[in-house]
Amino acid sequence: MQPVATAPPPVESTHHHEEHPGFWRTYVFSIDHKVIGIQYLMTGLLFLFLGFTLMLLMRWQLAYPTKAIPGEWFVVLPAAVALISAVIGLVNKRKLAVLVGGVFAGIAGLVWYMVSDETLFPQGIMLPELYNSFGAMHGTIMVFLGVVPLAVGGFGNYVVPLQVGAPDMAFPKLNMMSYWVYFVGGVVMLTSFFVPGGAANSGWTSYTPLANIATMGQTVWLTGMVFLITSSLLGSVNFIVTIVQLRAKGLSFMRLPFFVWSQFITAFLLLLAFPPLEAAAVLQLMDRLAGTSFFLPSGLVISGQVLDVSGGGSPLLWQHLFWFLAHPEVYVLILPAMGIVAEVIANNTRRPLWGYKSLVYAAVFLGFMSFIVWAHHMFMTGMGTVISTFFQTTTMIISIPSVIILTALVISLWGGSIRFTVPMLFALAFLPMFGIGGLTGLPLGFSATDIHLHDTYYVIGHFHYVVAPGTIFALFAGIYYWFPKVTGRMMSPALGKVHFWGSLVCMNGIFFPMLIQGLAGVSRRLYDGGAQYAHAQGVLQWNEFMSVSAWLLAVVQIPFIINFFWSVKKGKRVESDNPWEATTLEWQTPTPPPHGNFAGGVPEVYHGPYEYSTPNGSKDYTPQNVA
Amino acid sequence: MQIPYTVAARPDTGLHNSKLGIWLFLASEVMLFGALFSSYILLRVAAPEWPHGSALLNVPLAFLNTIILIGSSVTMVMSWASLMVKDFAKYKRYMGLTILCGFGFLVVKGFEYGAKFSHGIFPSEDLFYATYFTLTGLHGLHVIGGIIVNAYFWGPGSKMWAREPERFTNRIEVAGLYWHFVDLVWIFLFPVLYLL
Repeated sequence: MQPVATAPPPVESTHHHEEHPGFWRTYVFSIDHKVIGIQYLMTGLLFLFLGFTLMLLMRWQLAYPTKAIPGEWFVVLPAAVALISAVIGLVNKRKLAVLVGGVFAGIAGLVWYMVSDETLFPQGIMLPELYNSFGAMHGTIMVFLGVVPLAVGGFGNYVVPLQVGAPDMAFPKLNMMSYWVYFVGGVVMLTSFFVPGGAANSGWTSYTPLANIATMGQTVWLTGMVFLITSSLLGSVNFIVTIVQLRAKGLSFMRLPFFVWSQFITAFLLLLAFPPLEAAAVLQLMDRLAGTSFFLPSGLVISGQVLDVSGGGSPLLWQHLFWFLAHPEVYVLILPAMGIVAEVIANNTRRPLWGYKSLVYAAVFLGFMSFIVWAHHMFMTGMGTVISTFFQTTTMIISIPSVIILTALVISLWGGSIRFTVPMLFALAFLPMFGIGGLTGLPLGFSATDIHLHDTYYVIGHFHYVVAPGTIFALFAGIYYWFPKVTGRMMSPALGKVHFWGSLVCMNGIFFPMLIQGLAGVSRRLYDGGAQYAHAQGVLQWNEFMSVSAWLLAVVQIPFIINFFWSVKKGKRVESDNPWEATTLEWQTPTPPPHGNFAGGVPEVYHGPYEYSTPNGSKDYTPQNVA
Repeated sequence: MQIPYTVAARPDTGLHNSKLGIWLFLASEVMLFGALFSSYILLRVAAPEWPHGSALLNVPLAFLNTIILIGSSVTMVMSWASLMVKDFAKYKRYMGLTILCGFGFLVVKGFEYGAKFSHGIFPSEDLFYATYFTLTGLHGLHVIGGIIVNAYFWGPGSKMWAREPERFTNRIEVAGLYWHFVDLVWIFLFPVLYLL
């Protein structure tokens, strides 16, 4: 409830004069940033689920390398989800839920098609080549088709124009185009499962020369990447222009919500780091299609045969170009997550973020430094101690802004009157989970300790702590937090809590044992989970534990899916446009915001983003647009 | 619904949206070609021997192409300047010339490629030719992109002049910035591939 004295009551959205451009222009080829944001969000969530499904299959192979896979169980899960969303969609008369149900049915079909194919699963045991291609596609789908589109395309698109007080993105048509280019890239990636030799199987990093001589799926992968990179470029230009040009009157840079800052820096990272990967993809495509040898050294021997190419290329060049993108990409994954967590924490502690300016400066510095740390992924390539020392030093330096951000967020809790809402639970869990992910990164950043840990499960555990219970928890926090703005209804807190606690326990059940196995020296990307190695025997029992945790994690996502689709139509209706009593501009719009966002014109801003618990107010918060 | 600053500049940034947008896009293009030039340097430094471009490639033709592209940049500026003084007929002439120069560049490039192909020289020949064909090919794609944009503004897109002259002038300025960038890339490519 908002008192009229402090917040102008938003104009009811029943009487605004909107053109109705019809179904296709409203929901499919929409240029409204909110619809595009939802398109990104749904597509990203579906890809996240697909990437997860691939991993569920792989986890059977890791836990029971010699037992036939009970394929029907892996079909049951997506089929059940398909049924749930379709039924809820039919009951609620929501076409989108029915459509999503159809996509889940497609995933179930894909799984069924694979596990029942004797050439892929002879005697029910996954082929090593298939394991490799699942691994490569799991990484690719999760990073490029799942998390980044969710965090940047989804939340960025929906929330940033609202938070800066803009009627839309600066280039609405370009915005639509970037979604559809992303969509085409996703479809291209999916088709690679059906080409001869299957999908790309050289890891998500596509290291040369292995990737050069890989099956046709690699060519499809590279083509898909060119689409995804183009989509990111269009999107990032749009974000930067929107934030610089379309800020509302009075909204100076130091009054921007931290989420907008995080998207701003992320957009710069995407803009400047992705083109080198595009260049690398072009070079690798030339190698594969035109017979050049950019990444093929002279005298390369494959299966006892000297490869018939001109040679002279450098396999290491690929790694430099790849990691020049892929390290900033790590911060692309984590910065929007930090932004969401900052919003949720400020709102639920009812006090301003501690050290807002330090947060902003730390994030800017983090973005800058992320361009000069890439070779810490390459300590083991023999590039020399001088270069290793340089990159080790910059890597230690970049940990400082990360620590500043995390510390500021933790101190923000101090003295707050915390509301343990579902988004807040996810945001709170983000802090220690990201903390574990960050701290376990330090031994990898030192070139000496990296000798032992490089390419072990420790690395997998480390970055999954950052991205899975880190970023994905933040994304869940964002979904629960902004859901009432998008739909006008709350998600069920009870189901949300089941989802949260289940996910928290299972995530740790999956990823903590990886650190243990890695310290024991178990290598990543092993088809049998290390069963054939003597040094792995002492930690082998963890494989089953991790697999069961992963499958349980899949099960506890079901309450989330039910909650999500059920609440769209049947959730508790919000009583005001600002149910969380938040200060930032997106809550000062009608619910859901109409085309053009702000009924009655763009607001003027008078305050910083987090005016909570301010003295002299009748309420404990002052929205940014209240004088 | 109206997006602000599509035509007029925002007072505190001094830019209209598309001008900032194109500069950002060009920044990403710098990173794209920067990565390719860096790869070239790395490969060349690591190679035991590397041929001199002037011994293998047709320098006079490339020089001609340099002149053509620089000329097209001049006509591009003139077409924008014509719009600034509200002379639409002159704009059409200069823009037409720019497009012709673009085609001229591609035709000359086509002769160069054709000569190599007829001697059985393809990108797979060696690293030098691989670099040559990849870099000039990617640049050629950028020229084609520029021609498409310019041709649109010369033809159907120029109808905007009657309705929103200021916005149309901005569009030509932005298209011009891109075209100058394509020109600039060639100015780097020419010495790097043909002369060094």
